[in-house]
Amino acid sequence: MSKFRKKKKGMPAVNTAALPDIVFMLLFFFMVTTTMRETDLKIDNPRLPSASEVKKLEHKSLVNTIYIGKAKDLKYGSSFNRIQLNDKISTADEVPAFIINARSKVSEAEVPFMTTSIKADKESSVGTIIDIRLKLRDVNALKISYSASKTAD
Amino acid sequence: MARRETPEINAGSMADIAFLLLIFFLVTTTMNVDSGVSKKLSEKPPADYVPPIIKEKNIFEVNINRNNELLVEGERMDIKDLQEATITFIDNGGGEGKVEEGVATGPCTYCKGERSEKSSDHPNKAIISVQSDRLTEYGTYLAVQDQLLKAYRELRNRLSMEKYKTPFPELEEAYKKDKQNESLKKKVEDIKTSYPQIISDAEPTN
Repeated sequence: MSKFRKKKKGMPAVNTAALPDIVFMLLFFFMVTTTMRETDLKIDNPRLPSASEVKKLEHKSLVNTIYIGKAKDLKYGSSFNRIQLNDKISTADEVPAFIINARSKVSEAEVPFMTTSIKADKESSVGTIIDIRLKLRDVNALKISYSASKTAD
Repeated sequence: MARRETPEINAGSMADIAFLLLIFFLVTTTMNVDSGVSKKLSEKPPADYVPPIIKEKNIFEVNINRNNELLVEGERMDIKDLQEATITFIDNGGGEGKVEEGVATGPCTYCKGERSEKSSDHPNKAIISVQSDRLTEYGTYLAVQDQLLKAYRELRNRLSMEKYKTPFPELEEAYKKDKQNESLKKKVEDIKTSYPQIISDAEPTN
């Protein structure tokens, strides 16, 4: 009996010396994986449609994103068809310049692999998308991806 | 004389600071993997381009009006039935395949459809034409595209299971990892040419 009693005496403090190490490790992980949004959205965050046949976009540096949705600034009206290129509201006519500008930033060999990701709101109209598509075809930017969230089948 | 000891730095609050930073990055991190329905646009046709004449029965017409309603081959349809209708159309195999570089592909041997005279001849001749209104909602448009792609996926998957005993996505994945593998490449190409995705976007109505 006395042996057991001895053990109960003096609870050893949990050694927390390694705690900062663990926390730092997590910290570095999140620091590295964090990507701050490069462009701030001038339109309301588009509510993406959902689809089941989605593919992941690879090579982030070769992806140009076009946002379509409702402008935050009320002076652009409340339709869901405003187009944002880089960080300003534009029209479909400016899409070719946007693509050409993006092309100048990558090497020539990579140009055919460039993808245009269209992030449009569910309620945008197809007309807007088609206008953009025609402009993209004009400059031979043929790979596009309609951004969508994945649903189960 | 009092002995001077080097004072130890109190590291007790280090964990607190680290936690603070950690929580900041936890909150700001967005691990968004960008995903979407990928599509390849057709090249701009030359000015004097004359579109080839295609038999009516080889075209599967999908119309979406501005109220987001579907008209498929002249009949109203719910979006959930579209996949099945598409499969029936593509997989019909009612006639001869197209002639590619002088080589006739002949009748479809792997099709399981009704082989009706009134529907498509061969999967490589079957064209799906999507026409939408300019005011159609993008969500509906994409849902339609998704259903069509799903139909193709199902057919490809079925053929892949039959021929190579592996699901098609797995086959593709394996090929992506091992690009040099000729036999894998042949398999993937074979399935893809057996059921080529021919989805065209017709000029929208106003």
